[in-house]
Amino acid sequence: MPLFLNDEQTMLRDTARDFVSENAPVAHLRRLRDSDDKTGFDRALWKQFAEMGFTGILIREDAGGLGLGHVEAGVVLEEIGRNLSPSPFLTTAVAAVAALHNTAQAERWFPGILSGETVAALAIDEGAKHRDRVALRAERAGNGFRLSGAKQFVTHGHVADLLIVAARTGGSDDEAEGVTLFAVPADAAGLTATPERLADSSVAARLTFEGVAVDADAVIGEVDAGRGPLDRLLRAGRTGASAELLGVGGGAMDMTVAYLKQRKQFGTLIGSFQALQHRAAHLYAEMEVARAAVLKAQQLLDAGDAAADQAVSVAKAMTGLATTLSVQEGIQMHGGIGMTDEYDIGFFMKRARVLAEMFGDTNFHADRVARGRGY
Amino acid sequence: MSDLDTFRSETRAWLEENCPPEMRAPIVSEKDVVWGGRDQSRLTAPQKIWLDRMAARGWTVPDWPTDYGGGGLSAAETKVLREEMARIKARNPLNSFGISMLGPALLKYGTEAQKLEHLPKIARGEIRWCQGYSEPNAGSDLASLATSAEDAGDHFVVNGQKVWTSYADQADWIFCLVRTDKTTKQGGISFVLFDMASPGVSTKPILLISGYSPFCETFFDDVKVPKANLVGELNKGWDVAKYLLGHEREMISGMGLSGGGDALVEGALATVGVDAEGRLADPLLRAKIALYEVRALAFAAQSERFIDELKAGHAHPAQPSMMKYYGTELNKARHELAMAAGGSDAVEWESERSGGGRAARAWLRTKANSIEGGTSEIQLNIVAKRILELPG
Ligand SMILES: Cc1cc2nc3c(=O)[nH]c(=O)nc-3n(C[C@H](O)[C@H](O)[C@H](O)COP(=O)(O)OP(=O)(O)OC[C@H]3O[C@@H](n4cnc5c(N)ncnc54)[C@H](O)[C@@H]3O)c2cc1C
Repeated sequence: MPLFLNDEQTMLRDTARDFVSENAPVAHLRRLRDSDDKTGFDRALWKQFAEMGFTGILIREDAGGLGLGHVEAGVVLEEIGRNLSPSPFLTTAVAAVAALHNTAQAERWFPGILSGETVAALAIDEGAKHRDRVALRAERAGNGFRLSGAKQFVTHGHVADLLIVAARTGGSDDEAEGVTLFAVPADAAGLTATPERLADSSVAARLTFEGVAVDADAVIGEVDAGRGPLDRLLRAGRTGASAELLGVGGGAMDMTVAYLKQRKQFGTLIGSFQALQHRAAHLYAEMEVARAAVLKAQQLLDAGDAAADQAVSVAKAMTGLATTLSVQEGIQMHGGIGMTDEYDIGFFMKRARVLAEMFGDTNFHADRVARGRGY
Repeated sequence: MSDLDTFRSETRAWLEENCPPEMRAPIVSEKDVVWGGRDQSRLTAPQKIWLDRMAARGWTVPDWPTDYGGGGLSAAETKVLREEMARIKARNPLNSFGISMLGPALLKYGTEAQKLEHLPKIARGEIRWCQGYSEPNAGSDLASLATSAEDAGDHFVVNGQKVWTSYADQADWIFCLVRTDKTTKQGGISFVLFDMASPGVSTKPILLISGYSPFCETFFDDVKVPKANLVGELNKGWDVAKYLLGHEREMISGMGLSGGGDALVEGALATVGVDAEGRLADPLLRAKIALYEVRALAFAAQSERFIDELKAGHAHPAQPSMMKYYGTELNKARHELAMAAGGSDAVEWESERSGGGRAARAWLRTKANSIEGGTSEIQLNIVAKRILELPG
């Protein structure tokens, strides 16, 4: 398979680009922030995403979806990133769908995701840095389970209809086995969500579970064998976050290069200064390399290739590096105007930081690559 | 099974049968690289067998037309062949400036007679080529070159000096930029080919910091070059030169891929050992290697993407500059890390156990990666102007 978008994927990209830039440009995020919106995204817009068919990209055709893959999901995510559009697309249509795929829970939740009624949130992280550690307990009780513990950095966690919760049903906190994944309805008793606004104006919740009772059929997959769906969720989430980061970094770079062609100092366009040209060209190189890493991960995931796992970590680590550079250089090369709230470049810096932490940062994934390679 | 699957299984079987075991080992020193040329006495028996078998199928240049000694493979088939060779860690049967630089330029700009004359010999590794571009006063500013070619009826008379001519003393022929009009800069350059055995050609090796002398000063004193050896039109050699440079950059960018991280990790494990959890015992070195590997693996994907786009005809023509820049900086970083991993062993220069200072010499050699074929600064200038379209 050649490592570039085929014709259908390119068409999808053009459609997504038009749709997202028209309906949810950076101004949309700014409006939500300035109106002190408490939801974190626009429900009506989410419905439109569904009408466009985007929410069904990863859902199989026999379940009413488009039956496409991570390359296609990534095409949409990149446009979301480029426009800094607040949207539950990554958590709901990508990560949650990947977790539910081929499980008994799919039937229950896919229709709502397809219609844009349902928003999913991922209750995975328990500390300030993403780790492969699950301490939240799920004790057997009656014909179901009781969940106790806490999660954090749960994007949309306060408004979601469905929470995908990683819980421990066996083993010790750092063990890979003994994890079970649950689909928990948001209105479950004993569940408290405390929303916090993040640097990028998105809203993520801290969740506490105080003996939250769920039925046995809330289990995604099998008890004690939640690693399978959890790994599917993480691979999809990490790849998706990489694609979104690529959009954020690319958007910031485009803005910066455009500014270099327009801003004059010393009677000349600043883009003619070699010191800035070289940095812009270096940035371009980093972004191109990051793009290849993302596409590679997406294609390998879609092919079900065993090499996908490493490629996913390479993509997340590399987009973290490249996009961080892009937003930092973006502000620097804009000079003073780059520091003003009125100008958009700062929004890119904030979103990049949040996405860099999501599903593991560059160090986490470089470490994973090293372990995978035996050192 | 699709045609491509059939091609893959046939290729796999053929390689399995025909690639000598000695040719499936990593390249450790310059001796392991096969450059070809009139003097084939330098080749070991397995090198010769491997070269001849691959050349017989046209697989030293799999995507060239069969008329010119190539394999006539499509882009997809070429990719499969490359993948299958990588799978068994098969070495390149032949490396040459003919394949990676002159060949593509002749395919585009050569006459039919020139193609039939030179390409099959390149494909079979019979003639070794060198590149006569740089001069003492024309490096980054290559178009200011002064070596002249005077019109003498049926031939040119070439006079002047080249410098940094890699392997000029071992090459059979040279592709050379000469000035045929002194009144304009780019518009007065022509591209010619001639035999290094021609009267009036002499070479003098230059010693490098690595202790090797793979390149030379090259002098031309009334060298007669038949007019049939002019490639492209008179005074339009700059177009050919630039096209060829694109291919040179593409080839050099591949250095970012060589060896990957395996040797690096092995080297570090040998000197630093592992901690209680089985990780490299020097955590900062481990972190640097891991971050290097992230970039290297991402760059491997980028190289694949670049080649796929090139073959499909939608790569930006200045993209090789970006690849050359990134690949060479990466290769330098890898060797810098390899030296850190090797510690005092790596700085040994002549001992037997260090293979005659293999690590140190290789490390020093890579410092040229960001100079040869156009410096990193020049590549960044090109990306800035031609891809990002920055002013001035
Ligand atoms: C190992 C090796 C093999 C080589 N093989 C060959 C060969 O086979 N055939 C051949 O013809 N040549 C060969 N070369 C020559 C090579 O192409 C030149 O060395 C190279 O193009 C740089 O030219 P220069 O050495 O004259 O440096 P200069 O052009 O003098 O550059 C000096 C410094 O100034 C910088 N600089 C120059 N102009 C600019 C600018 N506009 N903007 C910013 N910075 C600038 C350069 O980047 C460099 O850092 C080889 C070189 C090496 C090191």
